[in-house]
Amino acid sequence: MSRTILAILEQRENKLKKISFEVLSFSKRLAEKYNQDVIAVAAGNEIENLSMVEKYGVSKVIHFKNEALANYSSSAYTDVISEAAKEFDAEYLIFGDTAFGKDLAPRVAARLNSGCVIDCTNVNLDGDTAVFTRPVYAGKALVDVKFNSDKKVVTIRPNIFKAHSSDDGAALNIETRNVSNPNLKTRVIDIKKSEGKLDVAEADIIVSGGRGLKAPENFNLVENLADVLGGAVGASRAAVDAGWRPHRDQVGQTGKTVSPTLYIACGISGAIQHLAGMSSSKYIVAINKDKDAPIFGVADYGIVGDLFEILPALTEEVKKIKA
Amino acid sequence: MKIVVCVSHVPDTATKVKIGADEKFIDPAGVVYIINPYDEFAVEEALKTKEKFGGEVITISVGGDNNKETIRKALAMGTDKGVLLKTDKPLDSFGIAKALSDEIKNYQPDIVFMGKQSVDYDDAIVGQLTSEMLGFSCISNVVDLKIDGQKITAEREIEGGKEVVESELPIIITAQKGLNEPRYASLKGIMAAKKKEIEEKKTGEYSNLIEVISMKKPQAKQPGRIVGTDVSAVPELVKLLHEEAKIF
Ligand SMILES: Cc1cc2nc3c(=O)[nH]c(=O)nc-3n(C[C@H](O)[C@H](O)[C@H](O)COP(=O)(O)OP(=O)(O)OC[C@H]3O[C@@H](n4cnc5c(N)ncnc54)[C@H](O)[C@@H]3O)c2cc1C
Ligand SMILES: Nc1ncnc2c1ncn2[C@@H]1O[C@H](COP(=O)(O)O)[C@@H](O)[C@H]1O
Repeated sequence: MSRTILAILEQRENKLKKISFEVLSFSKRLAEKYNQDVIAVAAGNEIENLSMVEKYGVSKVIHFKNEALANYSSSAYTDVISEAAKEFDAEYLIFGDTAFGKDLAPRVAARLNSGCVIDCTNVNLDGDTAVFTRPVYAGKALVDVKFNSDKKVVTIRPNIFKAHSSDDGAALNIETRNVSNPNLKTRVIDIKKSEGKLDVAEADIIVSGGRGLKAPENFNLVENLADVLGGAVGASRAAVDAGWRPHRDQVGQTGKTVSPTLYIACGISGAIQHLAGMSSSKYIVAINKDKDAPIFGVADYGIVGDLFEILPALTEEVKKIKA
Repeated sequence: MKIVVCVSHVPDTATKVKIGADEKFIDPAGVVYIINPYDEFAVEEALKTKEKFGGEVITISVGGDNNKETIRKALAMGTDKGVLLKTDKPLDSFGIAKALSDEIKNYQPDIVFMGKQSVDYDDAIVGQLTSEMLGFSCISNVVDLKIDGQKITAEREIEGGKEVVESELPIIITAQKGLNEPRYASLKGIMAAKKKEIEEKKTGEYSNLIEVISMKKPQAKQPGRIVGTDVSAVPELVKLLHEEAKIF
């Protein structure tokens, strides 16, 4: 039997998350190169949109099912995924680099005695062995790495490898396996959603504010622009340390690493620790009154000027064009 | 309670990275090393746990002689004893976790604290790997922790909120910012740390499962375009976002 690639799907509240489709497309790329089959693996209870995997060219899904698996349990999920990796002789196990994937992938890797490449942002399949690229030192350098282990665990950074539809011609086969007596030593008993809206780590558009906003109430200028763009609000550490925004909004080396399509930095100077968290964004816009602010060094488009005038005008102008 | 805290010795976050001549590692010349910022939260939580339940806090670091500075920092904050696990060759996270788990076994701790991530390789996996090697429970990215007998209740940060997780001792907790406010080392603490013991041992031989082929600088971004110097530039910016970047 040839070896396989396991695409580990992530679900929350019974729905597959967007990263799962990126994981599927990435797995397909490896599969085509190495002539292997992709098997999608999901743990949960009722997962409503499992059949979506077909759209990404994967026709085999194993669903490990148990009421107690509806929420994440690192102990139980490690068991079922490691067992599946052995059963299907997986060469690669692909996870998303999310809170879920970051917790689970290394557990599975240790169980399987496998290397674990975290936060992969590029893969080179030209040679005999795949070479994975990942940022280190907060993106100030990149390393190319390869595996010296039989099984290989990879997490991919969200928003970098886009999900795209494909068709493997086979009929969808969802195999449901009821898990008896899952090991629930460590388990999620509740999820507290933050009252805000979209999380910066998942947003495709982010409008971030820094010390230049001057006061917490001025963040409504940032929120208004984020609203019309359908984006999330981020912040620099200065804004978080001042208590203007919660830590979960912080972008940067000790905050979140983001790579949205559009990142708008307002009143943020662009300290090296801030750049570390956002410089892989596709388009960066900087609004700052200091023409020498380092943020302009990474911005695609900049306006040197007063954000208190520019932000309201920008919000109105976007409204107009979207109307 | 037996408590272990693992600390890594990393370049200051303001470091400008220069690639070394071997093109595999950074050039350490001129780099200032500090205790990993997340490990300060781990040390603080270890000390708070000791204050509440009594016991001893052992600080472990894997690396070279210079890691002693970081161990001393933890000792100055108030941990009891340091252990340096010396290695001749750079280990990957798997090797570090092996070295840590082989040492931690000797203490049979109830709880091990680590940072959620080292700000050098940004792996964020050593805690989870070590827990699996030891057969301990693990909760990563923790911003709130309660210990009640054998039962642990923690909150961990996830996208869009927090998971409330229940688990059991023995456990590894990896600390995220927000878990606590790390204390400063007092002068007395710094003096006391000089007298505390740092035991030195050699790590076992571990082969790396991940091999670095090369390290490079990311492609420098093309210098951007200043669209204008006041509010009159806004329509042009929106036009660029619409037509060139095709954002909307
Ligand atoms: C260990 C460590 C970790 C760190 N981690 C992070 C991190 O994760 N994320 C992070 O962001 N930082 C981090 N920092 C902090 C970082 O070094 C900077 O201090 C911080 O990013 C500065 O935030 P800021 O740009 O909002 O403030 P400032 O640097 O004060 O910049 C404010 C900017 O606003 C502009 N401005 C002021 N008024 C206006 C106006 N009316 N209109 C337009 N522009 C205006 C100014 O020109 C200035 O450029 C870290 C630091 C350390 C030591
Ligand atoms: N060399 C090391 N020595 C001791 N602890 C370490 C070492 N490397 C990592 N750790 C611990 O593991 C955590 C996560 O590191 P990492 O997985 O490398 O990002 C750190 O915050 C430390 O607590």
